[in-house]
Amino acid sequence: MTHLSSAAAAGIYHYDEIDRRFLAERVEQFRRQVARRLSGELTEDEFKPIRLMNGLYLQLHAYMLRIAIPYGVLSSDQLRALAVIGRRYDRGYGHFTTRQNLQFNWIKLVDVPEILADLAAVDMHGIQTSGNCIRNVTTDQFAGAAADEIVDPRVYAEILRQWSTLHPEFSFLPRKFKIAITGSGHDRAAIAVHDIGIRARSGPGGAVGFEIFVGGGLGRSPFLGRRLADWVPEADLLGWLEAVLRVYNQYGRRDNIYKARIKILVHEVGIDRLREQVEEEFARIRGPKYRLDPEIVETIRRHFAPPAFAALPAVSPALEQARAGDPAFARWTRSNLTPHRQPGYAAVTISLKPTGGIPGDATSEQMEAVAALADRYSFGEIRVSHEQNLVLAHVRQDDLPALWRELGRHGLDAANAGLVGDIISCPGLDYCALANARSIPLAQDISRRFADLDLQHRIGPLKIKMSGCINACGHHHVGDIGILGVDKHGVETYQITIGGTATEEAALGQVVGPAVGYDQVADVVEALVALYLERRGEGESFLQTVARIGVRPFKEKVYGAAA
Amino acid sequence: MARSGEEAKVVSANRLDTGVVVWLGDGNVWVERVEAAVPLSGPAADAALALARQSVEARVVVEPYLVEVTVVGGHPQPLRPRERIRALGPSVRPDLGIQAGTVG
Amino acid sequence: MALLLKDGQPVGDSWTHLDDAAGAVPEGPVIVSLDRWRRDRAALITRNTPVGVRLKSNQLAPEIAADLARFALVALEFPRFRDGRAFSTARELREHHGYTGEIRAFGHILPDQYQFLVRTGFTTVELPDGAGLASWRHALAEIDVAYQAGVAGDAPLSLLRRKLATGPK
Repeated sequence: MTHLSSAAAAGIYHYDEIDRRFLAERVEQFRRQVARRLSGELTEDEFKPIRLMNGLYLQLHAYMLRIAIPYGVLSSDQLRALAVIGRRYDRGYGHFTTRQNLQFNWIKLVDVPEILADLAAVDMHGIQTSGNCIRNVTTDQFAGAAADEIVDPRVYAEILRQWSTLHPEFSFLPRKFKIAITGSGHDRAAIAVHDIGIRARSGPGGAVGFEIFVGGGLGRSPFLGRRLADWVPEADLLGWLEAVLRVYNQYGRRDNIYKARIKILVHEVGIDRLREQVEEEFARIRGPKYRLDPEIVETIRRHFAPPAFAALPAVSPALEQARAGDPAFARWTRSNLTPHRQPGYAAVTISLKPTGGIPGDATSEQMEAVAALADRYSFGEIRVSHEQNLVLAHVRQDDLPALWRELGRHGLDAANAGLVGDIISCPGLDYCALANARSIPLAQDISRRFADLDLQHRIGPLKIKMSGCINACGHHHVGDIGILGVDKHGVETYQITIGGTATEEAALGQVVGPAVGYDQVADVVEALVALYLERRGEGESFLQTVARIGVRPFKEKVYGAAA
Repeated sequence: MARSGEEAKVVSANRLDTGVVVWLGDGNVWVERVEAAVPLSGPAADAALALARQSVEARVVVEPYLVEVTVVGGHPQPLRPRERIRALGPSVRPDLGIQAGTVG
Repeated sequence: MALLLKDGQPVGDSWTHLDDAAGAVPEGPVIVSLDRWRRDRAALITRNTPVGVRLKSNQLAPEIAADLARFALVALEFPRFRDGRAFSTARELREHHGYTGEIRAFGHILPDQYQFLVRTGFTTVELPDGAGLASWRHALAEIDVAYQAGVAGDAPLSLLRRKLATGPK
């Protein structure tokens, strides 16, 4: 059955004329700022934080523009607009990031005012995707769809997005500030490794409250977040966040950029002292001004109302039949589907990790294809996961065979979601001015080693995460297998870790052994996986095996028994 | 001017308006291919960097810096992988960048 | 002589910054550093002329809270425009301590920060030398919608949005 949906049905926050006025003014403001830069009125030193606050970096080859995809949700119209921008102003492809944003790598400064105007026409922007300010609030890519969801985090992510936009007090923080929120017991938003991590919970009478963690983060000094509060009532959410940000703005270190994140403040003063300071500040500001009005929450929640689901049986005979008839399709359904709260539906992960491909990259044509598929099969709505894949959240199980065939026509049908071929990788030395080592070609090599999908499925869920430098944009600390590229005397060298995870059981990976050269990394990964297959217990995940047998057997497998 | 096989330095930067990678060539003109950059050593390299900073003042380029090169057949080639990738284009997209004959 | 800006317009300045090293305190309203205030507090009080205090970015509101009634002016330094601590200090002085005197920003500040200054409670800005007055004037008028309530000068729109008094007409 075909059913066309317009983007108006998409579960995104639909801008009104006030939001649009703000965005138009912001675009004009940046147009003027670019002119002032080109005329010399602003030096590069003065312009840099301004352009960063609009998402514009100077990277290895050109300017890079990071476009905000608020909590990873966009409409088909928006995705189509991104495709057009990529074609018109860039090289016809974009890169989806580990913070649910999109990056274009070949941007010209002189084009940016027009690009921002084109983005504003579809209610998009690059506001605060960089700079020492509050960044994109990220969330679960299955928000509003997952069967295990308790509270839909999107409504609060949107509230936090608005609250943090051009905040007058918090736009010149000691360092960047990242917030993530989950509404499910199973954390798919990696809240444990964010400056503020929030778990939305349901209390007596269905009241919503929040568990708040602070001081998580990766990079040079990785830390897991510490619990700041167990239950912050919905009405106090903004007040609490104001209090945390105010304490951070005033007491975060400004003498050393490597010690300027809030995780260092937590580490240095201790979580108890920080909590005292936050509670003191919250007590001072408690009152109507910072109270989150439940009517506002309700109004914004309506933007995220469930779409017009059809009443369907829980099991789709068409799906079962297609599975029985096509092993390749059946295999894809085993890896790329997530149970949906609505009977007869499924959430679909579109893998952007074809064998030997560049993780997270999509061409303009692929973006347009996904937009069309979203219109046809998922109410005009697409999500971006922080693992660099796309999601169609509300697909009828009946439609899955047709969808899969369509995905196949565009190279988007890799049956590897969450498997070893679904590699998360930063752009690395091929694109990034901060990188020390290449990451993408290694990801491609590893991907080719595991090209056999049956092998991938036999291995089961296993996340490989790769970073080309210590800044850890590839989240290597929290990969089942983590790979960190470093520069050792001018030679690309790679440190391997195992046992990391960013779920509710968050853990940082442990180093396996001495760093290895570029040519050895894929061999090491194969050895680690082989050992896991040899030693795993019945139904045991990679993480569970590591926890049970420790790092030593893995080390011996990789480096030899003498290790 | 450095001789073949020797190590030397060139000045590199990005154009302010387009972000395109450029190198300081003959006559202190900014060129788009590293092969056309002028290899220098010692005080000459530092002087060239100082000159490049004038280009920053003049709003032509941003972030000039010195890149170590080896001179092969009279033409400089960057030593480090990072600078080679910057000179050529992403190693994973041979269809993009200077290596593909496209500029920026 | 730095230009003093209030509500986007240059205004006369009756205050003098006093260096720590300077000996005698001149006539008229003076702004002294926190150190000097602590050293010469009694003398400055009995002087019976308006006195202001100058804070570095790491000197926060609690340091002057007890003496706030004595200060007709508080000057907050931006050593680098990236150091945003003074935004919090100004806000705290207004909202927690109810300070109603002049709060002045000085140091290295960009016109692009002007609206943030106004919204966190600053009254005046000492423009850096060579500052483009046009850009400073324009900065207040660029954006008139905000998503947070400031200290003053905005009116509610719907949801979280506020209409700024100083925006485009």
